[in-house]
Amino acid sequence: MLVARGLNKRFGALRVLEDVTIEIPVSAAVGIVGPNGAGKTTLLDILAGATRPDSGAVTFAGREVTRLRAAARCRLGVGRTHQIPRPFTGMTVFENALVAAAMGGRRRAGPSRQSALDALERTQMLSLANRRADTLGLLDRKRLELARALATDPSLLLLDEIAGGLTEPETDQLVGQIRELHSAGLTIVWIEHVVHALLRVAERLICLSGGAIIADGDPQSVMTDPVVMDAYLGSAA
Amino acid sequence: MSLLEVQDLDVRHGLLQAVRGVSLRLEQGETHALVGANGAGKSTLLRTIAGAHRPASGQVRFDGREVTHVPAHRRVSLGIGLVPEGRHLFLSLSVEENLRVAARPGYWTVEKVLEAFPLLAARRHSRAVNLSGGERQATAIGRTLMTNPKLLLLDEVSLGLAPVTVEDLYRSLRQVIGQGTTVLLVEQDLGRAMAVAQRVSCMLEGRIVLEGRSDELTREQVTEAYFGLGRLAAEAASTGGVE
Repeated sequence: MLVARGLNKRFGALRVLEDVTIEIPVSAAVGIVGPNGAGKTTLLDILAGATRPDSGAVTFAGREVTRLRAAARCRLGVGRTHQIPRPFTGMTVFENALVAAAMGGRRRAGPSRQSALDALERTQMLSLANRRADTLGLLDRKRLELARALATDPSLLLLDEIAGGLTEPETDQLVGQIRELHSAGLTIVWIEHVVHALLRVAERLICLSGGAIIADGDPQSVMTDPVVMDAYLGSAA
Repeated sequence: MSLLEVQDLDVRHGLLQAVRGVSLRLEQGETHALVGANGAGKSTLLRTIAGAHRPASGQVRFDGREVTHVPAHRRVSLGIGLVPEGRHLFLSLSVEENLRVAARPGYWTVEKVLEAFPLLAARRHSRAVNLSGGERQATAIGRTLMTNPKLLLLDEVSLGLAPVTVEDLYRSLRQVIGQGTTVLLVEQDLGRAMAVAQRVSCMLEGRIVLEGRSDELTREQVTEAYFGLGRLAAEAASTGGVE
């Protein structure tokens, strides 16, 4: 579904990504972890088209998209949520989802309303459809962020730190919804600091540290890999 | 009586609750390390103890009195000193001037600070803007020491510094601790945290999920708490297996 090869990215003197290659098969649920500053969000930005790599290529659904901007990739089926939700605060929940469906969706103007409604239903936001977005609490803002991505009818969903700052029951709710989306066939790439939430969805885990992939495999073995532990907690020696 | 007693502290940043029901005690002369992932609430807890944030609820008691609503600058005179993440030096001032602006009477003087942090001695008259990261961090710690705190709060001492510099700073910090200063520090490197501190608390999503003496905790226990893996195992057990 998504292939990124040989990605390199620098910000000034700082090398943020160093020769990163990942392949995401259709219907996979892949988690990306790594300590602060590992390059996770930069990687997601490059996959989404928000940042351009200095070198390397990104292919989505068989098509080279490296030079395609985020909006164009979104219309091809790459949905994305942001770490800090920034809904249109003066609009209602429904209007926010409608903007996403109309501007970012793969469908034409007619069914946008339906896409927006479907997205709100899948995220259990229908009962809040007429609330102004600025009156929402954190969980509902995160769910709206998810709904906006879903309203564009993506085949690949990129999630950036969506569980951060939630209480345990709130995290559980959100994890449940993401699991349902995955069971329904959506391909998911999820960056998350809240590792225990991620582990309940991800079938595969990639650990980034210092801009490079240091582990890639089944979640249990990645989370017990001494190299990964050392990257987070300092060397055990 | 404990020097610092934090009770049921809740701290919010707008919609986000960064610290949830945290209680913590520090005895006189103790060194206590806070560990935890990014966003766990460590810095917010430190800043709330220093008075830089108002808690939504809960109590902070210091040296026998309640200080929950005492502003940050008055807490400094009571003996709480914070070395903030990012250092926040006066960049146009020299190292010595940065130290002098914070001076309050006590053991720590400019000479004593320069003695404890040898990497600063040669830089005494350099402007802070020209210092390396390690020199800046040493100056920031020295400046807080100049307030002669009873409680030193250190946020992310090693962040962004070369290992050899971190080693130097910790050598100096051991001298500070040797002076009897009580220290609460945030440190990413678990091995270092456990080596320097008698007690360690691990935070996860705003709560302290593990607390104990560093010589009684294992690295595995801390790792499990750090990532919240215990919770995952409990869930797997209750649903009859890992999915």
